Order: sequence, then C-alpha cells, then structure tokens
Amino acid sequence: MSHRAAGRGASGGRIWNEKKGRARVKDTADSYVTADGRTIGGVVMEMKNITLRFGGVVAIQDISFDIREGEIRAIIGPNGAGKSSMLNVISGFYTPSEGEVWYKGARRPQMKPYEVARQGIARTFQNIALFEGMSVLDNVMCGRLTHMKPSILSQMLWKGKAEHEEVANREVAERVIDFLEIQHIRKTPVARLPYGLKKRVELARALAAEPTILLLDEPMAGMNVEEKEDMSRFILDVNDEFGTTIALIEHDMGVVMDLSDRVVVMDYGKKIGDGPPDEVRNNQDVIDAYLGVAHD
Amino acid sequence: MSQTQAGVGGLLSVPALLHRNASEFGQAPAYREKEFGIWQTWNWSQTEEEIEALALGFLKLGVKEGDFIAIIGRNRPYLYWSMVAAQMVGAVPVPLYQDSVAEEMAYVMDHCGARFAVVGDQEQVDKIIEIQDQLTQFEHMIYLDPRGLRKYDHTNLHAYRSVQEEGRENRATFEADLRAREEKLDYDSRCVMLYTSGTTGKPKGVVLSNRNVIESARASVEFDSLVRSDDVLAYLPMAWVGDFIFSVGQSYWTGFCVNCPENAETMMQDLREIGPTYFFAPPRVFENLLTTVMIRMEDATKFKKRLFDRCMAHARKVGPAILDGKPVSGMDRFKYWLGDLLIYGPLKNTMGFSRVRIGYTAGEAIGPEIFDFYRSLGINLKQLYGQTEATVFITAQPDGEVRSDTVGVPCPGVELKMDEKGEVFYRSPGVFVEYYKNAESTAGTKDAEGWVATGDAGFIEEDTGHLRIIDRAKDVGKMADGSLFAPKYVENKLKFYPNILEAVVFGNGREECTAFINIDLSAVGNWAERNNIGYGSYQELARHPQVMDTIQGHVEEVNRSVAEDPMLAGCQVHRFVVLHKELDADDGELTRTRKVRRRVIEEKFADIIAALYDGSDKISTETEVTYEDGRKGAIRATLEIREASVVPVKTRSMAAE
Repeated sequence: MSHRAAGRGASGGRIWNEKKGRARVKDTADSYVTADGRTIGGVVMEMKNITLRFGGVVAIQDISFDIREGEIRAIIGPNGAGKSSMLNVISGFYTPSEGEVWYKGARRPQMKPYEVARQGIARTFQNIALFEGMSVLDNVMCGRLTHMKPSILSQMLWKGKAEHEEVANREVAERVIDFLEIQHIRKTPVARLPYGLKKRVELARALAAEPTILLLDEPMAGMNVEEKEDMSRFILDVNDEFGTTIALIEHDMGVVMDLSDRVVVMDYGKKIGDGPPDEVRNNQDVIDAYLGVAHD
Repeated sequence: MSQTQAGVGGLLSVPALLHRNASEFGQAPAYREKEFGIWQTWNWSQTEEEIEALALGFLKLGVKEGDFIAIIGRNRPYLYWSMVAAQMVGAVPVPLYQDSVAEEMAYVMDHCGARFAVVGDQEQVDKIIEIQDQLTQFEHMIYLDPRGLRKYDHTNLHAYRSVQEEGRENRATFEADLRAREEKLDYDSRCVMLYTSGTTGKPKGVVLSNRNVIESARASVEFDSLVRSDDVLAYLPMAWVGDFIFSVGQSYWTGFCVNCPENAETMMQDLREIGPTYFFAPPRVFENLLTTVMIRMEDATKFKKRLFDRCMAHARKVGPAILDGKPVSGMDRFKYWLGDLLIYGPLKNTMGFSRVRIGYTAGEAIGPEIFDFYRSLGINLKQLYGQTEATVFITAQPDGEVRSDTVGVPCPGVELKMDEKGEVFYRSPGVFVEYYKNAESTAGTKDAEGWVATGDAGFIEEDTGHLRIIDRAKDVGKMADGSLFAPKYVENKLKFYPNILEAVVFGNGREECTAFINIDLSAVGNWAERNNIGYGSYQELARHPQVMDTIQGHVEEVNRSVAEDPMLAGCQVHRFVVLHKELDADDGELTRTRKVRRRVIEEKFADIIAALYDGSDKISTETEVTYEDGRKGAIRATLEIREASVVPVKTRSMAAE
C-alpha cells in the first residue's frame, strides 16, 4: 500500500495525473514550458519583414514572426489572406520580394525547394501531391530521398553502401508507417485510397524525411469529424514523440486553438494578430476578420 | 477425473510446460509477430527467458500469490507472456476484452480485485485512469507501447521492458522465491479466469484450473493430431476462452507456434503470409471471405468467370467426398486435380488457406452453402461446440464425419445427457472450477455430480451419434399438438438465404407456425438494380410483388427442408409477412449483438401476429420507430400476408422419442 500512498500524495488523491491542456505557463526570452511539460526552445526560424508581390498583387505585406523549436505554430486567416503564400515562402518555393528568412541563426539565401528540403524542412500539400501509381511504402520511401547518398551507379548495382542504406531507410519508413497506423495499406497503390488516408500518407512521407520543421498545408481540409480527430492526434503525437517543430495552416478554428502553441493571424496579406490561442481568440481585429466588418 | 489425478509426466501447470518446451526443443519457434513490416520470431528458449524476466519483475513490484492480474490488449506475444509470467508467480491472469468500455472494465476489475494490469497501449491506460477511483485494490499498471505515455506520472505506471529489466537485474534476489512459487503450482491451482460476455446480467468470472486447461488441450490435440510444426494465427480476442486454449493451452502442450498479426486491419494479409495449418474463425469471417471472393468474381472477365463457375460446380460435386476419403472415380479425380491447379489452389492461396489442415468454426450456425464451399475446395473445415465453462470442448466433428447441421461427437472425456426438456448437459475434466465470488450461480449451473447445463436444447442422432443443437433451451416450446417448437432452427435456415436478413418465427402453443421476415436491403437492392426495378425505400422494396414471390419461394424451400426432419416437421411456416421496417436495436427489437428479442417483438407487433393467425390476407398497422438522431416517428403500412405451402407430415410429439 505504500506505493499507492506515495502516488496519491503527489497527485492529489489520484494515482496518475490527468493530462493538462496545452496553454503555456511560463515565458522567458529564450524558451518556455507548456502546461503539459514540453519545453519550447529558442527561435529556429524567423521571418523578417516579408513582402511578396505577384506583379501588382501584394500577397504578403511586411510580415514578421518567428517559429520556435518544438512548438506547434499555426497560421490562420480567411480565404485569400496569403497563408499558403507564406508557407511557400517558408518552404522556399517562393522567394520573398522583400525581407529575409532566417533559419537556424543564419540568413537563408535564395534556394531551390530541394535545397530547402535538404536543410530539414518537409511539407504536405493542400491538394494532395502523392505519386498515385506507387504504393504507400514507395511514397513514404520517397521521403527518404534527401538522405540517400550513393551514386546512381551503385544504386543500380545494388551493392555495398546502397544496399545498407536502403535497409536503414526502409526501417525509418516502417517506423513512420507504424507510427501513423497505415500498415494495412503498406502495399496498396495510393490511387486506390480514400482521401483521409491519402492525407495521412502524405504526412508519412514528410515525416520520413525526419524534418526539423514540418509544414502542413491545411492538413484537415475536407475531412469529417472523425478523420479530423485522428489527424489532430497524429499531429500532437508527432510533436510529442519526435519533438518536431510544426507550422500549419488551417481553416478549422476549433482545431487550431486546441492544437497550437502560438497562432499568427493573417488578413489581406497583413499580420493582424500573433500570440497564444486564447490571446488571439480575444483579439478584436481577429474577430472582425473572421466575422466580417465593413471595410472602408 | 481420477485417471488424470497425477497429471501427465508431472506437467501440472502451464509454466511447467514452458520449461519442458524450452529444454526439449528450445530452438523451435514459439511466437511470431509482424512488426515494422517484418515477422519477428521468438523460439521457446527466448520465450522462457522473456517470461522469467517479467515474472521476476512482477516479484519486484510486489505481486502476491493469488493476486489477479488484468491483461488488456490485442493479441501480442508480450501479453501472452504476461499471462504465463503471472501464473509463474502464483497469480491468476484475467484477460479482458480490449474493446470494452471503461464502465464494463470497472465492474470486472473491481469484481476480481485486480491489483495489477498489463495493457497494450495508451488507449487502455486512459481507460483505467478513467475508472481508477472505482477500483479500491488497484495499484500498478504496466504498458507495452510507450507512445503518448511519456508525460504520464510514472509513479505507478511502468513500461513492460523496464519491468523485465528490473527483473533481470534482480534475478539473484528473487529467483529462489520464483522457483518456490512455481513448485507450489499443481493441477488444481487456478490457471486463468475468464469473464463470460454476459448477455444476461453482469459478467461472471469463470475460474479454470490447470487441470481444466491442460486436460482439454491434451484431449483436443490428440483428437485432431496437432503437432509441433503447426501454425496458428492468434487474432481472436484474448479474453475469449477459445483463444486461451488454442494460443496457450494447445500451443504449450504441443509446442506449436503462435503468430500474432501486425494489427487488426492487417489480419487478412497476415493470414495469407503465415498460412496457418490450424485455423479457427466464427461463421461470419467465412461468410465475409466468401462474399469478397464472389464479388470479385463478378467483376472478373467472362472467361475467368466461366472457368471459375465450371470448376466450382465440379468441386461441389466431388470435393467433399475427396476430402473425406470416400471413393471417387478416376476421371472425377483428374478433373478435380485440374481444377485445383487452375482455381482451387490459387483461390486458397489468396485466402491464406493453402496450408490449413484443420479449420474450425463455432459460435453460431453456419450456412450449409458456405460450409460446403470451403470443404469443396479441400479445406478441412469442421464444427465444434463448446463454452467457457467447459474449457471450450464439448463436441467436435472427427475427420471424415463432417456435416453442416451437426456439431459432432462428444470430445474425448466428455459425457453428455439430455434432460426431459431436451436441454444438453455435459460432464468432463474441462468443467470449470467455479464462478468467482458467485457460489449461487456456480450451484445453479453445475450440480453436485459435476453435470453442467449448456442452456441449449439438442439431441443426439441415433444412427451417427452426432449432437445436433436446435435452439436456446428457453426458446424451445411445444406446438398445440405436442410436437417440438424450435424457432431459431427455422430462423437460421431462413437467414441462410442472402435475401433474408432477419426472421422471427412464432408458434409456441399454437396449431401452426408463422413468421416475420426482414429482407436484406443490400442483397435485394442489388437484385432490384440489376432488374431495373425502381424503389424509394425499404418499405417499398419489401412490398414489391416479385420480392414477395422470391421470399415465398425461400420459405417453401425451408419448409421442405424442415419437413425432412421428423422431430421438427411441425415447425414449417404456414403464413408469413415481410415486415415494413427493419428490426433494430435502437427500437429494442434486437440486442446490440443482433439477437432477436422475442418478447419485445411479440408485444410490439401483436396486431400483425393476430392477423397471421386469424386468416386475413392484409393488415394495416402503425409502428413507432427511432431515427438515428434519437427522434421518434411512426410508420404506417398495409402488409400483405402470404400463405406458404407446407409438406404434409405426420407430426410426432417429443414424448414418443
């Protein structure tokens, strides 16, 4: 009985503590600790005064924010607010017209998307971009591409290093498949899968890259409630288990508020709010942007 | 009982069997599990080491002799090991259904006063945390999959591997205690406690002794000549007695390998990869598999479809005879061989049945077509009859005497008798010790001489000695003329038609039998689509004259088949009606497991039943229904009552038996 008494004393009459919400409790300059015990580290990526123009259209106008290590950072906003453009700037697909992207303490020069991927930034797409004819496993293995070093010749000959590496990469892929619970469709061609599962496979491919930052473009779009719950759980688990920093764009306000540590709110290309979910929820500009007010 | 008092070769417990296996054939595979896409294997020596490490870890945690250890999760080697480790330290494993809701778990865990639980993953951990305030004796929880659990308070929560590590590190301290506790295990010690699902009232904890488990395993292994090289797929709930006997009792007795699927969804793929030699499944698994095959054949090319149909027709003709070793002409054998090359072999391979030597089905009646389909392919599918209280085996079908309408002959060591109402009683070395903390129920089920009531009514066929189960004993009645009334027997026959989803037969104490029928919307709807018959709703389709004709045809066929059995010929359906609504658990007409609630239906549709017996050919009725969102509504309909032709027979009363 002594074990039990000890447990009780520590947790107020219960053997185990309840899980707590994700609101943060302590904030210092360099890092802060969330209520559920995760330590959010220093800044890993910083957007400084980003402006993006397409001809005369200003998609993003002088936006600055940072992403900290280990946090779930959401970018929200009404349709056409410039969220996806922002994600494309982060992933290196767009080069900002003005402003700088700082990554791991250094200014990031203009880069090709594959170079950004090698730096440890992986993403999923709003409209699923998988190889439809390939199996789930092969798609996930594609995520390992940036980790494959041997020459084409040695890969063709399937000798020595290439073979070892394939085995190691397959192991990582299998762990991701296990993690996201898609073992039953491992060998199924992606084209035959329903939408919700395709989304999960896309997440698997991004995860297989073992990214430092994971970018999710509307991971919950078009899903039913159950699929949304599943996806939310996977996003939280990824963050929990691997400590992956996650930046996501999402329409569903409820989901965003539950998931994220900090939220950036955009409207018409401008930043109108930035902070923890509760703060953002009570921000008058944000309420106006979502509920709509007369714009002069 | 007396002949086995000493046990077999001093092997008086499951841990003793484990030690024998590890020392006699330690390199033979004991467990396999697919993880990360690869089948991982543990041989018997490794299994022994893993189990001992866990048992020592249990001692370190303070498990006492006689404690109950709840085990909750899907079939995984680790959980099987924890059952044996529990036995090793003198505790009693209590496997629970992993899909039970927290409340059901609370009842069972509180009833047995479990101090420890070994669980699979976060989902189960959360459930137990939810109910912890109701569990006064509960202390420690051990989990397998650490995912999502890192930030939980680990004061009384332990990772499986860390418990094993602790055990290994403290081997010196606890080994003597472990050996001493193992020494104390004998044939009468509790081996396992299994809770019955409890369709009526609260679940009851059935205590099985080592004698029950080992004797049943030994007898059944001999009955089917199971050997060490056999393979089983462990995919049925661990809390079910069958899984315990197949995956623990028989496996430890013979030393065959238990294969665990990767997860529930991959079961069919894993089945194909492992190709078990000994396989058990409830009828619905076989039904679903057959449906999948048939649907895919409908989509196949014309040539393949014709080839399939031709070969299957031949298989139905001679397949079962070849399987039973009966004489078959050389030409037929050649054709069957050709069919095996082209169709049966590849088909069995696709289903994962290529290597099946013995297949069993039980739990419910299986449709003869389904049964014959598998047998004609050369799969030795048999039926058995059993229950938790009997440690599974009551009767089983011997090779060469397999039929879809019997459940076989008494298993070795089992005695059967029927009481005057036809209820089946049995007595065997497998008869359970007691219901835990429920002496009243124990006394009500098991009499002083050890006879146990099954709750089922049946009879033994005079010429073959096979047992036939006709119905639940409480549903069996008498017709007005004294002949036997067994509604489920007839309902099952009706339900074997794909067009009929549900049937309820009435007639207790009456002159003749009548029936309610529910059509199967997917099957009949499919037929309507193919024949360009438009319909707007279930009601409309159910009323369609052609549908009525089809159903009438089915009923009349059933009548002919029922009439062949002199004892049950009185149960032919004279008049029937196709109901205007589907019987539904939400309306209380079915139980959650889709069993018919006769009393409720009789009250609710009293007007229709009256019409079935007063000779009218139409009945207007109004019925209250509950929609999915909980709203209530009413359906009004005029139903047509049809007369079905019956085969005249001279009925005889049961007393004449």
